Amino acid sequence: MKRYDLLSPRGRASGLGSANAGFGNWWMERVTAIALVPLTIWFAGSLITRSSDDYNEVIGWLGSPLTVILMVLLLTALFWHIALGLQVVIDDYIHSAAKIWVLLTVRFACLLLGLTGIIANLYIAFGVPMSGGA
Amino acid sequence: MEGKARKPSRPRSPNIQIYRPQLTSVLSIAHRITGIFLSLCSMSVVVWLVAAANGPASYIRFQGVIGSWLGQIVLLIAVFGFFLHVCGGIRHLIWDTAHGFELRHIYISGWFVIATSLMLTLVFWIASRMVWG
Repeated sequence: MKRYDLLSPRGRASGLGSANAGFGNWWMERVTAIALVPLTIWFAGSLITRSSDDYNEVIGWLGSPLTVILMVLLLTALFWHIALGLQVVIDDYIHSAAKIWVLLTVRFACLLLGLTGIIANLYIAFGVPMSGGA
Repeated sequence: MEGKARKPSRPRSPNIQIYRPQLTSVLSIAHRITGIFLSLCSMSVVVWLVAAANGPASYIRFQGVIGSWLGQIVLLIAVFGFFLHVCGGIRHLIWDTAHGFELRHIYISGWFVIATSLMLTLVFWIASRMVWG
């Protein structure tokens, strides 16, 4: 028996009750949280040790293979976690018709920011100035 | 559910404005506030990467903003917020394994989160200043 069989036909038609996708969101929020513990500590530690670096030293570090891999993982986990976390807050506090637009804005912004950060890091790794040709 | 017009507006519980703040409730809302604040701060990580990819001029401009007194204050708040969110997050992960729910343990872990976050913020700040020179 499927879970939504417990709903009345009226309740099912109006879309009330669990959409059954909630656990996936809850779980991925935890998965990204666990991934972010070592990744953010690495990032914070790097900020400390790189405090005195000049531009060329920072670029050399940002462009090294290990940094690119960890930075891509960090940005992916970070903006995924942000999208899920902010969705919980939005679900709890916004009950007007604006909710869907706020949710969409958060989702798209997270995708845009995560992707932009990854692409910027790849530009650094391959030694191409990002402003070139624009 | 016949539409919003028929829904009476009843008082909501708990009435936050007359509720005495407790460690548990303060840490709960702090986790959300730091989460929202750190989401905004994450944007500056992307801006930082784009500035670095753009070239030395835009990178130095970015450093100027972060190095200003306002930038440093925001950074200090962000560092403390980050450690509070990480420590609070680990506390939540432990709760997810169904451990530490006894009221005494909830208060112990709560104060532990605050003390550890303050200590780590101090260590972070002093260490980066020492490297900065």
